[in-house]
Amino acid sequence: MTALIGTASGGAAPGTPPEAAPVARNRRRWSPYLLLLPGGLWLLLFFVLPSVQLAGTSLYDRSGSLETGYQQGFAFSNYLDAIQAYWPHLLRSAVYAGIATVICLVIGYPLAYAIAQKAGRWRNLMLVCVIAPFFTTFLVRTLAWKSILSDNGALVEFLRGLPLIGDDFRLLATPAAVICGLVYNFLPFMVLPLYASLERLDGRLLEASRDLYATPVQTFRKVTLPLSMPGVVAGTLLTFIPAAGDYINAELLGTPNQYMIGNVIDSSFLVRLDYPLAAALSFLLMATILIMVFAYVRRAGSEEVV
Amino acid sequence: MSRFWRWVADHWVMAVGILVLGYLFLPIVFVFLLSLNRPTNRLSYDLSDDWTLDYWLHPFGTAGLGEALRLSIGIALLATLVAVVLGTLMAFAMARHRFRGRGAANVLIFLPMATPEVVMGSSLLALFVTLQVPLGFWTVVVAHIMFCLSFVVVTVKARLAGLDPHLQEAAMDLYATEWATFRKVTLPLVMPGIAAAALLSLSLSFDDFIITNFNSGTSVTFPMFVWGSAQRGIPREVNVVGTAVFLVAFVIVALVQLRSRRQAKALRAAA
Repeated sequence: MTALIGTASGGAAPGTPPEAAPVARNRRRWSPYLLLLPGGLWLLLFFVLPSVQLAGTSLYDRSGSLETGYQQGFAFSNYLDAIQAYWPHLLRSAVYAGIATVICLVIGYPLAYAIAQKAGRWRNLMLVCVIAPFFTTFLVRTLAWKSILSDNGALVEFLRGLPLIGDDFRLLATPAAVICGLVYNFLPFMVLPLYASLERLDGRLLEASRDLYATPVQTFRKVTLPLSMPGVVAGTLLTFIPAAGDYINAELLGTPNQYMIGNVIDSSFLVRLDYPLAAALSFLLMATILIMVFAYVRRAGSEEVV
Repeated sequence: MSRFWRWVADHWVMAVGILVLGYLFLPIVFVFLLSLNRPTNRLSYDLSDDWTLDYWLHPFGTAGLGEALRLSIGIALLATLVAVVLGTLMAFAMARHRFRGRGAANVLIFLPMATPEVVMGSSLLALFVTLQVPLGFWTVVVAHIMFCLSFVVVTVKARLAGLDPHLQEAAMDLYATEWATFRKVTLPLVMPGIAAAALLSLSLSFDDFIITNFNSGTSVTFPMFVWGSAQRGIPREVNVVGTAVFLVAFVIVALVQLRSRRQAKALRAAA
């Protein structure tokens, strides 16, 4: 559990290296590079190199094919083609992931606050419950939502019984189902960083605010929320990024009308074998995410995330 | 009446929190129920009235499930072992040293966590295809090590940053060699961080579908098996495995929690 919280919040901690002992200075100067070498090489070979190559692939001349080989070119038109053909999917990814992130924040904040400030001796148990979904395979629990939201399930039956809701009301295979799946799957990524920043919140500040006759709403807006801002920023990023790239929820809980950009990238690579277009789409996805992340981080005024 | 509202004001946050936890647990409950339920037809996801223990008694009755599970466990163990060793070394470099290029290294470690899986998976696939590396067990292991690595670094680094540097100075003052200091002081103190990183890495690797789907060729891991059978109707045995994995993980975490609580108590008693 500390692991996940560390992942969420620890990334920013710069860590203060102790002063180098005067002995063996020369050896110390090289040791960080030696320590970094194997892992760094792994990341360079299997993360950076493929990304660079993908950038090249996205500019291939699309007249070739996987069998006959492609001609390396500077076909920026691939990007135009990709946007023209799939802009609804890109937009849908951003919108679905955005809505899911906002819902995660709204329902995740009270949960994180309850664990950090109100749970007392139940704190650890509640934290374990937050990460419990991780213990069941991602696909298996997403498939379970298929049963929960099913047309013949108890939930839909109950909702149909309510006034104002028609008999043809359904949840499965709608945008609501896809967003519900996204919220469910990425909620822990929101709660854990929020918890990490709320846990550090000094209870005396809240008392001071109360003593100065602030209403609970004022205390929240002027004290709690600003102090938990690093957690809010980290949580929204950790939720939005995987949600924007996800395609499992759209595939299992939606229909082709709900497909997101991930579905298109997946099928372009694995089914249609149109590598240049798929690569261009991957880069568009990355660019969309990076633009939104940077705009957001600047708005939120926090530099310690990256 | 005003007492009632006071109570509501004090407890609504907790009430909302518990509701949200219920939302997180709902699918797990359903996975368990589905594991005890015989579907009316193969493609149905609905609960029927036919309850049975058959799937629990014969969890590997479906062809391919056992092999897939074994393959997933093997890949997870191997990838975790390598990722933990490489990642811990990197964490030491990042937490203990100031050096040229530290910022660049930080970005290199952060980026894989900020990249959508579909992008990482597809770019690796393109690389393997270009280099004509046959897809299979080893390409999956390579990919899993890659995406587990950053999480290991961040987890171990967080633990290292929280350590008191005076402890090591004390050891050195007592004439411990650098190696002895590392083995007798630093390593035991970092161990909980390494264990947490290993658990995280195991679960990330075991659970991964998207990157694996791109790079597995014909190998079938457990998530791949689930995905493949989704078209033909999910065998309910999958839910047995899902529940069992959940229970095992829950017990492990509970034991770790209990132990650390007992240790804390012992420390307090000793002080």
